[in-house]
Amino acid sequence: MSSEIYRDIILDYYRHPRNAGEMPNADVRAKDSNPLCGDIIEMQLRIKDGRIDDVRFQGKGCAISQASASMLTEVAKGKSLDDVKAMGKSDVLSLLGIDPGPTRIKCALLGLKVLKLAVYGFLGQAITEEVKQLV
Amino acid sequence: MVEKLATINVAKIREDFPILQRQVNGKPLVYFDNAATSQKPKQVIEALDKYYREYNANIHRGIHKLAEEATLAHEEAREKVAKFINAGRTEEIVFTRNATEALNLVAFAWGRANIKQGDKIVLTIMEHHSNIVPWQQLAKEKGATVEFIKIDDEGLLRQDEIHELIDERTKIVCVAHASNVLGTVNPVKEITRTAHRFGSLTLIDAAQSVPHMPVDARDMDCDFLAFSGHKMLGPTGIGVLYGKSKHLDSMPPFLCGGEMIKEVHTTGATWKELPYKFEAGTPNVEGAIGLGVSIDYLRKIGMKNVHDHEREITGYALRRMGEIEGTTVYGPKDVGKRVGVISFNLGDIHAHDLASIMDEEGIAIRSGHHCAQPLMEFLQIPAASRASFYIYNTNQEVNVFIDALEKARKLFNP
Repeated sequence: MSSEIYRDIILDYYRHPRNAGEMPNADVRAKDSNPLCGDIIEMQLRIKDGRIDDVRFQGKGCAISQASASMLTEVAKGKSLDDVKAMGKSDVLSLLGIDPGPTRIKCALLGLKVLKLAVYGFLGQAITEEVKQLV
Repeated sequence: MVEKLATINVAKIREDFPILQRQVNGKPLVYFDNAATSQKPKQVIEALDKYYREYNANIHRGIHKLAEEATLAHEEAREKVAKFINAGRTEEIVFTRNATEALNLVAFAWGRANIKQGDKIVLTIMEHHSNIVPWQQLAKEKGATVEFIKIDDEGLLRQDEIHELIDERTKIVCVAHASNVLGTVNPVKEITRTAHRFGSLTLIDAAQSVPHMPVDARDMDCDFLAFSGHKMLGPTGIGVLYGKSKHLDSMPPFLCGGEMIKEVHTTGATWKELPYKFEAGTPNVEGAIGLGVSIDYLRKIGMKNVHDHEREITGYALRRMGEIEGTTVYGPKDVGKRVGVISFNLGDIHAHDLASIMDEEGIAIRSGHHCAQPLMEFLQIPAASRASFYIYNTNQEVNVFIDALEKARKLFNP
């Protein structure tokens, strides 16, 4: 019953998402969707001294999108905003432990895109091409 | 390994399709995405090769030998299409890029000349986007309205709405012959009769019916009918619009340019006769020839046999899917009311996750909204998975598919 893409860890995060839900006193929130799958992710951040103090996500969609968003919230906590801005595709792939392939990569990267949208939004900076092209 | 069904020799047919020998992720390919596009037999592939090796030329105006041969082959393909759907006249067959372009041709050329403010365009809730958006655009431009015939719990068009919505304000009724999501075969002959009673025309989107069942345009009495070559064993980039010549004759052209004009002066131009008036520019010669060969192939098997074979597989698949806990199938349960397209969801597993698990097993299915978002909204589902069959599929492949479904269920709901 093994599946390359659906490793136990991905299914575990999908079924029991960490840092899921509403954050009442978020400093910034961002939301985006992936039109192919209809995946939706919203990230809410609390920011203190240029670092992510707390983060929550909520969303709907396929296992890859929801699990990768949840995994991202765990590594994002405590990171400086500059560190989040520097994160890329390879960071998400190493969290997942697999390359989901060209048709599903957008599902995996939606969480990172939304996280970055929130950071750029908080800083009042224009969204870079790199972020726009993630999904 | 491949069972022989009473109607057709599937094992022999499979030998004609080189791609079916392929392995995907180390497993034999199970191709269940035929509603998106079909695979091609070697007869079609070889015909394309032969065209480019032996008689490639631009058609119609050339005097030389190659141009003559290419023109003949192109026009012979048109005759084959006309016979295949029982058109009254060969010039009622217009080659387009695909069914989408054929539908757009009607909306642009006929629609712009005939739809006025206050007119009504009637569609069904199960239409593909290509038979919705051109009409919405036209309605917006002209101040006309678009109304949708909805479906009942079984996925059949509601009879009461057919009779309620088609009225004296209606100018055209645009209906899928077979739904690309539900598989439902719609009563297009009856709808056409109703529409004609009110002086309305009908446009039938036959993209999912012409490849899979006998279709008789004259018996249906529809005014326009559109389909694609690539869903019926032919190459991509070739589609067909059938139209009654009385309509095609009175319509202005769609695209303008070379091939479609009789004379051009600085003061204006006149158009060629049918069907060339609607075929601007160098056409897809290879595509038309390939489509002609795919029609030969299907006729040799017989469309009734094609239809019977797919019914058999669809019935078997529906039965087996019913055994899997949490499976929801959309569309009629009665194989007599549908084609071999099965859309479904399994519990709360996202359709794309299901398609990925299937892909790992070498099974090609489709998932998403299937270019039918209004239907998805009506069914209140974000997406569905879809398995769709053709002449080369077998019950044994259905077994492989069922095992993969069971695997997905266990993976997500251990």
